[in-house]
Amino acid sequence: MRFSMAFLAALSLAGIGVAHAADPIPVKIGVLNDQSGLYADLGGPGSTWAAKKAVEDFGAAAKGMKVEVVSADHQNKADVGTSIARKWYDVEGVDVILDVPNSGVALAVSEVTKEKNKVFINSGAATSDLTGKACTPNTIHWTYDTWALANGTGKAVVKTGGDTWFFITADYAFGHALERDTAKVVVDNGGKVVGSVKVPLNTPDFSSFLLQAQSSKAKIVGLANAGGDTINSIKQASEYGIVEGGQNLAGLLIFLTDIHSLGLKVSQGLNLTAAWYWDMTDANRKFADEFAAANGGKRPTMVQAGVYSGVLHYLKAVEALKSAKDGAAVVAEMKKLPTDDPLFGKGEVRADGRHIHPMFLFQVKKPSESKGPYDYYTLKATIPAAEAFRPLSEGGCPLVKG
Amino acid sequence: MFELLGIPPQALFGQLLLGLINGAFYALLSLGLAVIFGLLNVINFAHGAQYMMGAFGAWMALNYLGVPFWGALVLSPLIVAIIGMIIERTLLRRLYHLDHLYGLLLTFGLALIIEGLFRRQYGASGLPYDNPLPGGTNLGFMFLPNYRAFIVVASLVVCLLVWFMIERTKLGSYLRAATERPDLVQAFGIDVPRMITLTYGFGVGLAALAGVLAAPAYQVSPTMGSNLIIVVFAVVVIGGMGSILGAIVTGFGLGVVEGLTKVFYPEASSTVIFVIMAIVLMVKPAGLFGTAK
Repeated sequence: MRFSMAFLAALSLAGIGVAHAADPIPVKIGVLNDQSGLYADLGGPGSTWAAKKAVEDFGAAAKGMKVEVVSADHQNKADVGTSIARKWYDVEGVDVILDVPNSGVALAVSEVTKEKNKVFINSGAATSDLTGKACTPNTIHWTYDTWALANGTGKAVVKTGGDTWFFITADYAFGHALERDTAKVVVDNGGKVVGSVKVPLNTPDFSSFLLQAQSSKAKIVGLANAGGDTINSIKQASEYGIVEGGQNLAGLLIFLTDIHSLGLKVSQGLNLTAAWYWDMTDANRKFADEFAAANGGKRPTMVQAGVYSGVLHYLKAVEALKSAKDGAAVVAEMKKLPTDDPLFGKGEVRADGRHIHPMFLFQVKKPSESKGPYDYYTLKATIPAAEAFRPLSEGGCPLVKG
Repeated sequence: MFELLGIPPQALFGQLLLGLINGAFYALLSLGLAVIFGLLNVINFAHGAQYMMGAFGAWMALNYLGVPFWGALVLSPLIVAIIGMIIERTLLRRLYHLDHLYGLLLTFGLALIIEGLFRRQYGASGLPYDNPLPGGTNLGFMFLPNYRAFIVVASLVVCLLVWFMIERTKLGSYLRAATERPDLVQAFGIDVPRMITLTYGFGVGLAALAGVLAAPAYQVSPTMGSNLIIVVFAVVVIGGMGSILGAIVTGFGLGVVEGLTKVFYPEASSTVIFVIMAIVLMVKPAGLFGTAK
């Protein structure tokens, strides 16, 4: 007993000693996302892995930083998300929160982050309001947003003759933002929106809404939803013969995991916009191989790649400032430093918090073209960084006017 | 009259039919729950997980054994029923002398464990399952996929068979008697514990059957059951706990009500059933077809 006490005391003294000798900068990263529900595959534990991988690849320990990664499940509930964020910031000393899919939760966490002067790097959520009217000096939106999706898919579809649209929209912040941004692109390019229906999140059966879309006679049925909702609507659209009837589907937010779940037979030919695809460059493929080895053979989504890239850039800013404590200062530094990493290439973080990089228009392969699981996309067009995101002046972000 | 409702009659008929299709799932699932509650007095919260296991069973049968949909329709419910019977024998049986709540907690815990295991193995976004009856018929007012028509017919047939078996046959009368006075029935030389095990297996098998039927239409995912189970419980409460006929009629009925809500006020379509439940509980606490004990 006495021996072990002495041993413990010695250990803790040794610990303090080391801390004094190297004086590492402590950084605590929190990955907050849906770990078990409908968005768990596109972010979830894979995003946590990506954050840890980024810390490792950055060589944080060698650069005098002591980085810890924690994670939690927000269950797609804004109240759960904010209370975890508050606990992390107030009690557990978390400096930065990452990922946070689900626009409703993301907007709430962004508010908390500003109040506590920490950092929020969003990869999973879509609403363009995060860098628009709800922008803050503490939030960066990394991977994609509703404006970029609408601009990519919407413009491409209208240009190829799909000029009348009916929207099937998820009834929360994200769906509303996606419908609004896409409708604007459609109208601006000479198209027309003939109707829309707002569907509660997590609806298993879309037949009724598909039937409404069918009777609207719109050429394009725009799916302003995500995850399981998109999967169910595409699956059932094929059952109801939407495409045979002369209408076309436009999936506005489709992740690699959704295509995996649908199968190519049902999803072939879909056009979609994404920020990142694993089978594009050698660096992407290397990251995907390592990801697959650690995650049961799955390939990473753009959200998980975005978490990796976001953590790298964050750590660069902390390294430059030698402290992670003042959130607004770290974000200002992140905006000052140009972004450059193996997955997203060179880019910048704009004044409104938008990370600027190219977006890509893909088409889903036919079953005969695919070499196996996760070989799903053909690149149709690259949308250059300058055109991929909403112009700075149009977002209505108060930070920009000042 | 249709103009008053603000939508053309064609659309209305279409939505009624869709309501019936969804109702078919509610009816099948609530039927299983009603059988289990009526005869065992167990509130089977694992029902959603068992429905999900049925759908995954179909997927596994196809991908690991090469058994097509029609084979899985028999095979998968059978296997899930056997797993259910093992659960009854080893776990549930120990709780019969305790309050309902313990059975509820046990099955709820089991549901969470089963879902977690499937999520770990297969991920949350689900797996593809091909439609065994592609194509459809144009009814004039709507396009009816062949497979959806099959769901309604299959579900109606199964529901009526179960109702007939329990209410009109000798086996059914044993079952009903065993729930009222197990000691007396046992005295007549009937093996009541075995009958209860088989009944639980049967109820679970019904859930799995609904799961197989759902596989080609919905997403085969670990959470497909928990999304549906709460609604199904509401259906059972509205119909009257343990009432077989109540479960069938309210299942189809509420499917139709929900279908109509999706046209007139889609935002409320996920809550309308609970509003009805609240009203029914206020007016007739034992449920529409239940008898107050």
